[in-house]
Amino acid sequence: MLLPVLLYYLIFHYGPMYGAVIAFEDFNPVRGVFGSPWVGFQNFQDFFSSVYFTRLIFNTLAINVLDLVIGFPAPIILALLITELRWNPFRRLVQTATYLPHFISVVVVVGMLFDFFARDGLVNQVVATTQPIAFMQAPEWFRQLFVGSGIWQHVGWKSIVFLAAIAAVDPTLYEAAKVDGANRFQQVRHITIPGIMPTIVILLILQIGTMMTVGYEKIILMYNPLTYETADVISTYVFRRGILQADFSFSAAVGLFNSVINFALLIAANKVGRRVAETSLW
Amino acid sequence: MVTAALARPRRRGMRESPGERAFGIGNVLFLLALVIVTIYPLLYILFASLSNATELTLHRGLLFAPIDLTFEAYRRVLQNPLILTGYRNTLFYVIAGTALNVVMTSLGAYALSRRNLLFKNHAMFFIVFTMFFSGGLIPTYLLVGQTLHMQDTVWALIIPGAVTTINLIIMRTAFLAVPVALEEAARIDGASDWRILLKIYLPLSWPVVAVMILFYGVAHWNSFFPALVYLRDRELYPLQLVLREILISSNVQNMTTDVSSGDVLAIGETIKYATIIVATLPILLVYPYLQRFFVKGVTIGAIKE
Repeated sequence: MLLPVLLYYLIFHYGPMYGAVIAFEDFNPVRGVFGSPWVGFQNFQDFFSSVYFTRLIFNTLAINVLDLVIGFPAPIILALLITELRWNPFRRLVQTATYLPHFISVVVVVGMLFDFFARDGLVNQVVATTQPIAFMQAPEWFRQLFVGSGIWQHVGWKSIVFLAAIAAVDPTLYEAAKVDGANRFQQVRHITIPGIMPTIVILLILQIGTMMTVGYEKIILMYNPLTYETADVISTYVFRRGILQADFSFSAAVGLFNSVINFALLIAANKVGRRVAETSLW
Repeated sequence: MVTAALARPRRRGMRESPGERAFGIGNVLFLLALVIVTIYPLLYILFASLSNATELTLHRGLLFAPIDLTFEAYRRVLQNPLILTGYRNTLFYVIAGTALNVVMTSLGAYALSRRNLLFKNHAMFFIVFTMFFSGGLIPTYLLVGQTLHMQDTVWALIIPGAVTTINLIIMRTAFLAVPVALEEAARIDGASDWRILLKIYLPLSWPVVAVMILFYGVAHWNSFFPALVYLRDRELYPLQLVLREILISSNVQNMTTDVSSGDVLAIGETIKYATIIVATLPILLVYPYLQRFFVKGVTIGAIKE
């Protein structure tokens, strides 16, 4: 019964890992993976010395670090705030409303961004400045819009796991703290947050371990040549060079470089997690 | 459900300090604002989609009801052949794709939840490793599109994503919670693995199976990237790819052929809003019924062994 599943992984996940050898070749689809000439690290060297290298690395890091610094704590804070609500119907309303956008497609969310943040869109109408901004064409706004809309869409959904972790904290700890005279803030600070720390660390490791690749489907929808300056990341560059321009070997090399960096980040984050917080994936 | 479990013991007889009370009020106001920021954009789109196109362009600022209620935009959207084929294609991808997903994930989860499976840890590593390392977009594209000849076929949207690893782990965790005694009793009665999976594991794990159907189904409904990469034939386009043309490339020509050029821009706006509603409504309608299931799915996936 396991066989079809193992076969699936072998073909569709390990197949491409093997196919990644074309990064070291001058791949020609007619000659195939076996017949194409071997060029070693030439494609990697071309990438490292290309004019796009610094910009792509910087943009990839900038978007992901911003998402990590703002996007990661947001659902934790939301979960803590929801827990403090006393009136259950209101709590349910907050949960139902904030989970909802997670189910809207990324195409629709980006379509909404284009509409609301257009030069004559709703945001400019409401803010009503004399100088309307064409946000979607402005490189200096790209990261904020990308990270902000991501939080809008997923903050509620991501808070579920933290809410569950908070619910699992031993209630007698709160009782004991109250007897000792701890107020609401002290209880959160000294009981809730330490109680959910393992969950936080695990999710942090996972986010760091996928940070080089995550979100590029949305960037492909959101960016345009006017915003490439801040919006173009490694994965979107791979998409353009590889799929749109059929420059297979070069883009496979860039993609492989990305995968390796990603994997290294995951291992590093896991190691730090184990040492600092005594929590790790493995 | 999480909400019920969350209710903390109330502190009776204990006075709140002014600071705590101020925080409580501020918290409610903040979360109320968050609810509005989350829901209002969707309401605006709903109101705008039902508004008269010309008057909508003259209107500035927020909307609290449709202006001069009309279904004109919906009429145009629902007569658009691309939207209709997109809808039909997406329904096919959702149904066929989710069916394959659930079958494959159940098989894998059942096998990996066996206590006596040979090389079980190796198999788990073999699978989980793919969550953290991949060959990349280009080798996948060459394999699926060229080597396996799935370019411009419906299979490219169904087979390469047959199993999502995190879902496999969620389902395996659920199966591990099924009491072994039930299975042992069934085996004594001569039941095969297939029968045990179908008659014991799947029914007992029904909430998690429902979550799987939800997660996979929504993912198929919302997916656009594989279609963008593998499909050239517009007859096979899923709804999301049609949406991309309408919403992001602002291509509304085939819905405005009978409109004078001056009105195209105005009617185009309401068409976009109506398209968003038409494409999102099915999900929003089932959402309230599924909420109690998905909370369970998310939390079960977070359990670490």
